[in-house]
Amino acid sequence: MNLAFADIRHRLGRFLMTCVGLGLLMAVALSMVGIYQGVVAEALALTRSLRADLWVVESGTRGPFAEASRIPGDVREMIARVPGVDAAGAITLRTAEMRAPQGLLRAQVMGYEPGRPGGPAAIESGRGLGGARFEMVADARARLPLGAMVTLGGDRYRVVGTTRGLVASGGDPLVFIQLRDSQELQFKLAPPAARRALAAGSSAGGTDTINAVVAQLSPAADPDAVAETVRRWKHLAALTDAEQGELLTRSVVNRARVQLGMFTVVLLFVSAVIITLIIYTMTMDKLREIATLKLIGAPDRTIVGLVLQQAMLLGVAGYAAAIAIVFMTRGLFPRTVALGPAEVAMMAGVIGGICILGSLASIRAALRIEPQQALGG
Amino acid sequence: METDAPLVRVEGLGKTFGTGEAAVPALADVTLQVAAGEVVGLRGPSGSGKSTLLNIIACILEPSAGRLRLGGETVWDGAYRVADLRRLRRERIGFIFQFHNLLPFLTAVDNVALAMTLLGTELAAARARARALLDYLQVGRRAEAMPARLSGGEAQRVAIARALANRPRVILADEPTAALDSERARVVMDLLRQVAQDQQAAILVVTHDEKIFDRFDRMIALRDGRIEAAG
Repeated sequence: MNLAFADIRHRLGRFLMTCVGLGLLMAVALSMVGIYQGVVAEALALTRSLRADLWVVESGTRGPFAEASRIPGDVREMIARVPGVDAAGAITLRTAEMRAPQGLLRAQVMGYEPGRPGGPAAIESGRGLGGARFEMVADARARLPLGAMVTLGGDRYRVVGTTRGLVASGGDPLVFIQLRDSQELQFKLAPPAARRALAAGSSAGGTDTINAVVAQLSPAADPDAVAETVRRWKHLAALTDAEQGELLTRSVVNRARVQLGMFTVVLLFVSAVIITLIIYTMTMDKLREIATLKLIGAPDRTIVGLVLQQAMLLGVAGYAAAIAIVFMTRGLFPRTVALGPAEVAMMAGVIGGICILGSLASIRAALRIEPQQALGG
Repeated sequence: METDAPLVRVEGLGKTFGTGEAAVPALADVTLQVAAGEVVGLRGPSGSGKSTLLNIIACILEPSAGRLRLGGETVWDGAYRVADLRRLRRERIGFIFQFHNLLPFLTAVDNVALAMTLLGTELAAARARARALLDYLQVGRRAEAMPARLSGGEAQRVAIARALANRPRVILADEPTAALDSERARVVMDLLRQVAQDQQAAILVVTHDEKIFDRFDRMIALRDGRIEAAG
């Protein structure tokens, strides 16, 4: 005869309401874990998608994500000829606001040369960029349908394809355009400014500047050795993909990551306090029943089992509700909520631990209940 | 009636709450015994020590002085004390409360069966005996009802069935008829008398319900922690 189940069945409505409340609280904590993981996943999404082995940037910088980097466009051809490099592509990267059918859209605009490294690895719908200008491939997060027209830098672009899961480290969706379009957008001066520059004696028409070159290496090549070769050019710096990933997670999104981590810890602490109080209240509601059990000779393990099993059932039911809530609503979050089996299992362990620790005070109180308390009115 | 072997034997029992100047004597030099098959009433005004005495005999309160033997086993004797009092309660004592104290989340039959499962009886066997007990106490048709659905008299019969579940030789009752009307109170007392006869149990009932005084074999009166009269 399981007393914990019997008691829960008897007060099922109250138990379910408690589980829903607890589930909401746990859902917030679980979401924070997912957002924390999402920040890291988003930061690495682009580099993983590009499948770049080497990032070549301006000397003295750690671009193009952590710092600004500008290098001549012909660097791409130089890098392509380095031994061990299979393919190289030039890219530009800038954050821009564009006028979309649904209103102003902020996105990270990436320029690349179709057919060379730097473009999206997979197209979800439509097609990739072809030879035509003023075409755009946008991530689904931008909510741009195929065929949508977008105004960017005075030019109108047609959305010809979409990707999924490609966002910048700040959470903005990525949109891809032709390198030439991107260079003009980023580096071409407006006519009045160009005239002013020419009058001052500097060049005004050159736009063959890029932010980085991404290189894919042959399987036999050692990324560190190739990077070392590239660094011999004094005007260039090189980062392996591992270094770029480390830079993105440790530097670019570090503050956000730590902030979210701290908030998650605070939420878990609050959850622990609330779970402890709920278990304590549930136990004290049964004061007379526990005293009666003691009076009729129930051993301590029966009392401990009653409290502990109810605490665990509460935790399991609350966490199940939390998982359901988070997985049903995570698509509504503006940033990625990255929850895999590892995060769900880790949180289950944390919640289980909280329930066990939270029930200790209740168990102590239950064991201190005197059987005499069952007597009298 | 069998009176040659007292199942409850109390000798020179004393209980003082607190120490020093704050000490409050609750019982002093109480001696009594209840034999198998006997139904004894314990009466007295409020604060006379009835509940304290019952709690000591029920092994939930430690006496300050004296000796207590249950079924031939010494429970308290000055320096000596049985190590596992809860086991003793489980095995030897049946308890009937003023307000039945049935667990609200178990059916009537499971409330009775629980006492047996605590002693290691298989659930199916415990339920079978619980049903038999409920039939014996004429409340078998309410076996699957939750306590909240039982009338006061039915609930008290279920509580008596629970007290009898492990065939205890000692049954202690704390105002078992206080919440019942006269007719139901008499029915409950008749049931207790029947149990005492059928199971040769010693039954000690704390009461100040004068309507049932005639249902006891003996009455013991307590006043200011001392036995005032023993009938």
